[in-house]
Amino acid sequence: MALKVTQPGLLSLLQDSGRYGQHRIGLTNGGPLDPAAAQLCNRLLGNPAGATVIEASFGGLQLEVLNDTFICVTGAQMPFKINNKDAERYAVHAVVAGDQLSLDFAQAGCRAYLGVAEGFEIAPSFGSSATVMRENIGGLTGEKLAVGDILDCAEVKQRRLFFINPESQPRYHDTVTVRVIPGYQQQHFSRLQQRRFFSHRYTVSDRCDRMGYRLEGPAISCELEGILSEGICHGAIQIPADGQPIVLMNDRQTIGGYPKIGAALSLDTAALAQLTPGGTVYFAPVTPHAAHNALHLAASMTKRQKLLERPA
Amino acid sequence: MILHSAGEDALIAYLGEETSPAISAKVQAAAVAVEAALGDDLVDLVPSYASLLVIYNPLQTDHLSVAHRVREAVAQSDTVSASEGRAVALPVYYDAEVGEDLPGIAQRAGLSTDEVIALHSGADYRVYAIGFAPGFAYLGQVDERIAAPRLATPRQKVPRGAVAIADRQTAVYPAVSPGGWNLIGRCPVRMFDPDADPTMPVSVGDIVRFTPIGRDEYLALGGEL
Repeated sequence: MALKVTQPGLLSLLQDSGRYGQHRIGLTNGGPLDPAAAQLCNRLLGNPAGATVIEASFGGLQLEVLNDTFICVTGAQMPFKINNKDAERYAVHAVVAGDQLSLDFAQAGCRAYLGVAEGFEIAPSFGSSATVMRENIGGLTGEKLAVGDILDCAEVKQRRLFFINPESQPRYHDTVTVRVIPGYQQQHFSRLQQRRFFSHRYTVSDRCDRMGYRLEGPAISCELEGILSEGICHGAIQIPADGQPIVLMNDRQTIGGYPKIGAALSLDTAALAQLTPGGTVYFAPVTPHAAHNALHLAASMTKRQKLLERPA
Repeated sequence: MILHSAGEDALIAYLGEETSPAISAKVQAAAVAVEAALGDDLVDLVPSYASLLVIYNPLQTDHLSVAHRVREAVAQSDTVSASEGRAVALPVYYDAEVGEDLPGIAQRAGLSTDEVIALHSGADYRVYAIGFAPGFAYLGQVDERIAAPRLATPRQKVPRGAVAIADRQTAVYPAVSPGGWNLIGRCPVRMFDPDADPTMPVSVGDIVRFTPIGRDEYLALGGEL
């Protein structure tokens, strides 16, 4: 009753919707970097939104099916094959014991999600299966998937074969505009520095991971060197002494002492996480009101997105 | 109190500007009040030295409503005193064998290592914040004479249980990790154990005192070298 990892790829992690309410013992959130793609995978499969999926970063993942079930792949454009034959992404496929699945290296985007009917059965740690390698918590062992890992899942004989049209699938570009709610120590950045931040082009550096995306571009200076350590929310943008912004992501530290100019919208950290080093980033300020409107609109569109169905 | 936007799902309340037990107690009281006021709109709270990060569900409420409720809750919490923290004793084996930076701190302060140990173990420390890594408790404040800046080059690997100083803060490393704090000893008590209940021996607001122990006792208590 499982899938077996035959090649883990560069970085494949079990993720549910994340670990919440545990900041007071220092645990971060984890969870999918592109939550909409993970949710869509589960929705196509008829699973609860937070069922455990695999987040495959960059690609190279290969699995062997050990029992009959249904699978679906969403997110980054990684060539997806079943028994070495091309298979549609954003579509539910019936698979049987012995089938070989592969996700090749991404041609666009960076994070793909592979789900199974009813989700992978992973014992939760602190209420969640989300893998945070930095904390050694979640997933099977707190680590990324490795050759031979057995990922338990239910044997499922019937599922509706939902899919969505290619024109409705998300597209990944190499430029992202990240909307930012100015906040935190914003008033300690001069008008000139804020204008510099919001009007120049930044590039994703090699130092980008699930903790944070370090960008390269015009240095931003803050009149504060450090601050009393304080809580860091998702998307917070730290400006360390070298002036190069770091957008803090799902596996960020919960507390830190660098000044922050504001925080990115989660919709845009998801887009940022689909960029690879060298990708282009612009920042645009928005009000909390506009951010909430954007969130509600996205949630509503996700819910209303029409699923098509193939005959079984 | 000053309330700022933090992000699409978070506000941050500043209750002061420096490290002090009084401000920390205000943060504690504010956390209790905000938790009660926000109910299930609240996702998480991060209390720290002088601030409280309030994370809410942005699909269920909005920043204006949260700001209003946080202001009211904090205003009322000012009159309530924070609950006294528990006293927690943590044994420490202080020695250069496990605290490589102990001689350096002594030398810089013009003290003997025994005097450094006496200063570190002779004070009560408040748990100001927990974060950075699971179970990492920021304790303060250490005597100014033994305050020490972070290392210019952090160590790649600091062992679990390492007792360390950075500026006027001290901490016990809950797990093996890179770290730039000055190491002065080793504590055999696990600061974070996912399988234990509670997972941590301390929480924010508790008062910690370090008790010096010898090498044999450290080993007998399960300490590793």
